[in-house]
Amino acid sequence: MTTAMRGGVKEMSGSDTIPHTPAPTVYIEDVSFEFSGDEVFRSLNFTMEAGQWTCLIGPSGVGKSTLLRLISGSLSDPFSGRIRFDDRVNPIGLTAWMAQEDLLLPWMSVVENVCLGARLRGDMSQEVYERAIVLIESVGLADYAKALPAQLSGGMRQRVALLRTLMEERPVILMDEPFSALDALTRLKLQDLAAKLVKGATVLMVTHDPLEALRLGHRVYVMAGNPARIGQALVPPGLPPRKPGDPEIMTLQAGLINRLEGGFYS
Amino acid sequence: MNVVRMICIASGLVIVWQTIIFFTGVPPYILPDPLKVVKAVYTHAGTLLGHAMTTLVEIIAGLVLGTVLGAASAVTMMASRSLKRWLMPVLVMSQAIPVFALAPLLVLWLGYGLGSKIAMAVLIIFFPVTAAFFDGLRSTEPDWLELARVMNAPPLSVLRHIRIPAALPSFASGLRVATAVAPIGAIVGEWVGSSRGLGFYMLHANARMQIDVMFAALSVLALLSLGLYFTVDKVLTRLVFWQKVEERESDT
Repeated sequence: MTTAMRGGVKEMSGSDTIPHTPAPTVYIEDVSFEFSGDEVFRSLNFTMEAGQWTCLIGPSGVGKSTLLRLISGSLSDPFSGRIRFDDRVNPIGLTAWMAQEDLLLPWMSVVENVCLGARLRGDMSQEVYERAIVLIESVGLADYAKALPAQLSGGMRQRVALLRTLMEERPVILMDEPFSALDALTRLKLQDLAAKLVKGATVLMVTHDPLEALRLGHRVYVMAGNPARIGQALVPPGLPPRKPGDPEIMTLQAGLINRLEGGFYS
Repeated sequence: MNVVRMICIASGLVIVWQTIIFFTGVPPYILPDPLKVVKAVYTHAGTLLGHAMTTLVEIIAGLVLGTVLGAASAVTMMASRSLKRWLMPVLVMSQAIPVFALAPLLVLWLGYGLGSKIAMAVLIIFFPVTAAFFDGLRSTEPDWLELARVMNAPPLSVLRHIRIPAALPSFASGLRVATAVAPIGAIVGEWVGSSRGLGFYMLHANARMQIDVMFAALSVLALLSLGLYFTVDKVLTRLVFWQKVEERESDT
């Protein structure tokens, strides 16, 4: 792998628009949120450890995506409580977002899609372009750099989406079921790739796949109920990405499914 | 396959036409038979071509101008909400007045030349182009916008790099409609007052009871419009290659 996401802290160069800040710990403190009269969360409390993967698992419609939006600041509705990035409250410039759909722009080539953030901010340069090409080569898509998204398979497209997320060089990465639309084998491969490339950033990945959470998460939280609550952290043994066939993981998976069902029916 | 279908439709129409004449026995000064019209096209080819060129210039100039104006107003309304509040009622009101009713005025103001015909075509085209493009600009995939927001993209940059390209398929649909209706503007303009163009030539022939010549002009106009439409359609399909397949199919 080439450009490590956050191997070391790069120097801050004045008012650089992409802050090369070290990965912060993200604190979700007593966050409650209502949406058009419905209580979505009631006093959520959990912590995303700096430089680690935190996986949030829960049934569909429990508000996982909403929580990501609150953290990224893309949902401007007011909420009570506090979301803190170390000592900062303002998420602008700190987060990158990867969704279930690849969201590739169909009129842009692969490399243009990977550089989308820089282009949108007007920071496009030869250097950015070359960095994108290096990343594209590192995930085995060298021959497709100039191809259009329509020419790629689902797994390839999601790889491009991952690179676009990495190109942002944000210290916090928010992933919303990023691999759930893929077939099982491709999903496993992409999980490994993501774990390898994203190293160093603080990651929050929302998923409804217990195995995915257990493979990738340093910590796994279950989110369930209405209004949604978050339970105690589950810390699977060993370091991610863990092997899918590991008996310990399988046992934990059974336990997680039980917990999810409990939350679901309570 | 498409060409075969076109030929089938065309020959079907000719057969119906000939059958009507055969069974009703209408005199040729009311409805000439297809062969007579073909002969008229042949004998008046030079004159027809000249008038066709005039009409074509009017249509194309109207299309270009109407499209540019329509696109500009759609983007303006998207970029500024307060301007939109002023422009939208004007647009809707402009559609409340039948464009045909304006034709005599336009001829009075802009004269017998190309100007009044181009203005007619622009007036007819402007609304479908603006409406389709604006609609496309407004209905950008929300997740793309969210992605851009997390990337802290400035709004104008989002407009330029995401909203506008994403709206081009809708814009293309509007442009197809515009291409189909643009000839109406030019012809109506010519009917009201002109000395050139297929519309003028049709009236001219009609007044002299040369119904076969009138039909000849009509056929040339139809061919012209069809040719223009298919050219524009082809070019748009190639340029706006990210138009969804379903959309493309429902268009044609």
